[in-house]
Amino acid sequence: MPKQSWMTPLLLFAGLGLVSTVQADSHGKASLDSVVPEGPIEPSSGAPLGWKAKPTKDDAIYAFSMIDRLEYGDSEEGQTYLWDAQGWIGGDYNKFWWETEGEGPVGDGAISASQFDATYAHKIWPYFHLQGGIRYDTNPNPDRGFLMVALQGLAPYWFATDMEAYVSEDGDVSASAEFEYNLLLTQRLVLMPRVSVKASAQDEPDYDLGSGITSTEMGLRLRYEIRREFAPYIGVRWNQKYGETKDIAEEMGKPTSSTAFVVGLRAWY
Amino acid sequence: MSDTYHDAERRRLLKAMAATGLLAGLEGLLPAYARAGSGAERHLAGAAQVAGGKPRSVTQDFYIRREGIGIAGGHAPSAITVNHSIPGPLLELWEGHEARLRVHNLMDESTSIHWHGILLPFQMDGVPGVAFPGIAPGDSFEARFPVRQHGTYWYHSHTGFQEQIGQTGPMVIHPAEPDPIKFDRDYVVMLNDWTFEEPGRVLAQLKKMNGYYNFSKRTMEDLVEDVARSGWAKTLKDREAWGGMRMNPRGIADVTSHTYTYLMNGLHPEANWTALFRPGERVRLRVINGSSMSYFNFRIPGLPLTVVSTDGQAVEPVETDEFQIGVAETYDVVVEPRADTAYTLMAESMDRSGYARGTLAPRMGMAAAVPELRAQPQRTLVDMGMKRDMLTMGPGKKPNTRLEGDSVAIKEAAGPVVAQHGPDRHGAGNATIAKVQRNRLGERGTGLEDVEHRVLTYSQLRNIEAMTDKREPTHTVEVHLTGNMSSYMWSFDGVEYSDSEVIDFPYGERVRLIMVNDTMMEHPIHLHGMFMELENGQGEYLPKKHTISVRAGSRVSLLISAVEPGRWAFHCHFLYHFERGMFRVVRVSNLPGADNA
Repeated sequence: MPKQSWMTPLLLFAGLGLVSTVQADSHGKASLDSVVPEGPIEPSSGAPLGWKAKPTKDDAIYAFSMIDRLEYGDSEEGQTYLWDAQGWIGGDYNKFWWETEGEGPVGDGAISASQFDATYAHKIWPYFHLQGGIRYDTNPNPDRGFLMVALQGLAPYWFATDMEAYVSEDGDVSASAEFEYNLLLTQRLVLMPRVSVKASAQDEPDYDLGSGITSTEMGLRLRYEIRREFAPYIGVRWNQKYGETKDIAEEMGKPTSSTAFVVGLRAWY
Repeated sequence: MSDTYHDAERRRLLKAMAATGLLAGLEGLLPAYARAGSGAERHLAGAAQVAGGKPRSVTQDFYIRREGIGIAGGHAPSAITVNHSIPGPLLELWEGHEARLRVHNLMDESTSIHWHGILLPFQMDGVPGVAFPGIAPGDSFEARFPVRQHGTYWYHSHTGFQEQIGQTGPMVIHPAEPDPIKFDRDYVVMLNDWTFEEPGRVLAQLKKMNGYYNFSKRTMEDLVEDVARSGWAKTLKDREAWGGMRMNPRGIADVTSHTYTYLMNGLHPEANWTALFRPGERVRLRVINGSSMSYFNFRIPGLPLTVVSTDGQAVEPVETDEFQIGVAETYDVVVEPRADTAYTLMAESMDRSGYARGTLAPRMGMAAAVPELRAQPQRTLVDMGMKRDMLTMGPGKKPNTRLEGDSVAIKEAAGPVVAQHGPDRHGAGNATIAKVQRNRLGERGTGLEDVEHRVLTYSQLRNIEAMTDKREPTHTVEVHLTGNMSSYMWSFDGVEYSDSEVIDFPYGERVRLIMVNDTMMEHPIHLHGMFMELENGQGEYLPKKHTISVRAGSRVSLLISAVEPGRWAFHCHFLYHFERGMFRVVRVSNLPGADNA
């Protein structure tokens, strides 16, 4: 790191017991001429532009990754697993945000459905980010991509909210909304109700979906924060299909409703 | 380890000195105790008594090291010590003489020392990137200046998180004139918050989950209690008010005893730092809050405290029983213990999650009862800058700023509304605004509204001498303290330091600085290089502060004579707030454009 020109002689003179080169008057004040340096100036500090040091690192990048739900479910239809994770990396106003969800039956290792989002998130209000990006789904029907926008944040009364809208590569329009609430029973024991609703603007026969509200998932999970970062939970999850989507499922002999007891882990880093 | 360690270190230091042209002999520079070993456990504790002596110019060396140290009942493998000690050694200077303070960086990282509250040429003020480029590994830096003030101050690193892990120390400047305060014994009482966590990680946790360290949030249990006490209607109103704002009324401290151990002169409560006295003596205690994130409530059960100065500036002595001390503030008190018994120096953290503690005793080894931590305080709607009608809930005049039975005291004590907030909400980086702004200087500190003894308020502080600059201000600057706890963003006027421009004070003018706290917590705001005279109603005897704790929802006005040319840091002294950008540079210059700012 190159030393500043005024500093080197200061140190030299100090070591030799001579007067320092800082321009100070007899009252121990800096001279007025020394306040504004010659040459380019860094606007926040008024100091020379070349100084590498900054008094704060307020533009630092942070990263967060969280498995909100990693769970095993047991219902009449069988045993399933589910994951739901998200994370971000970025500064205070702009972040890269990712989310992934998926599920499948326990045993054969297959994934019956999965979803991956990658968005750019901009903080537009104190509690909300506006996000735009892409989503990609796999299984059980043909894979497909989406463009998406989302509004994610903390609504009044502490409801964690995530509202998303999609246009698929085929032009199909759909939307989803998720709400979570943390009810503190004690400082570490937390009851978390969770609701998610999915809807489609049109029939999507290739994906066994009808227009209107397609399905809801409601959950109630009780977690214990052994550490803030590490909380096992137990709970119950109820999935329900609606309308034409329900009819399609009935025709195919698939369940339209299921209730599962779940055991899982919430963890973040 | 000490011999080889010491030799290696000496070689390193010599190399560093040769590189910078410092030729003085190493051993001669080291104070005697620093030569004794590698300082596995050295704290201010044994050297907290102010020595005094013949007025003189002082040359002192500060050796900054990364090393292991026993502290807070454990071992910290990579703390930062000053001359092998945490806190660093007591620096004593004499007004009217010269200070030569030499900082030697023996670490692999850049460092600095800021002389907190000291009037000096700005280039020696020790703020990297503002006043100077910092002290590179192996380099040394000398601050050399005539001392033109007296009182109790402190010093600390202004680089990164170094002050959190040890790089702080006390400073006492003896007056040129005979001290009007009479005392027989003189101690510094330095308070620090210590964590064994890497401080960068502490901030990262707050970024990811702002309530990470808060284990006193409201729970179902509180709901049940509140309903039992106040009924469903009131309880729901209260929950609606806080929930609607997405604010936590138990948000007293961002970082708590979940990670902190609170230290007095470097010792944790069980180690019981002890100051000796003989019954009947007058003892001066110079209380310095050298914490990174913690306010304290200081009291000595059984002894009244006579406050004689704050931030190094003498005030009319005022007797009280307890005071709240913000981060970076100092208060000198005189006590006169008459009984041959021990007294507890109790420094309770404002959130009441822990305490620092020491003992004032006639003999070593004595101890007095340590008071229980009092109930945790809650934020009020006054803190939120809410209007009066919003404070009164339900029919009748009964105020309900919070649900505990003692809410009346808070409401009655709430200072007058002096201004309203404008339409600017300061952007997405700011969560709330103080719709109404109160003068809260006459109020007791958070959580002390209801204690049944005397508590110092800012409005009681009266400078010992009349102000010298009686001009009316010709330049006004208004700054709003802003933030967003949910994403741990902190700023002034909603703008972080990196996106800001310097604030210009025209040289020579009398400046009025107005601060409005739009957040729901107090912030200790520090201006480098110049004292701020707090307009607290004391006429020409306004107290002078280098650091002012600005209450939530309040508006304060300060007068500053812009007579110290320089680029001066101006920031919240909560370490993790200023690191997030609650920071500005105040430039005092004769730039042609300066008076248009």
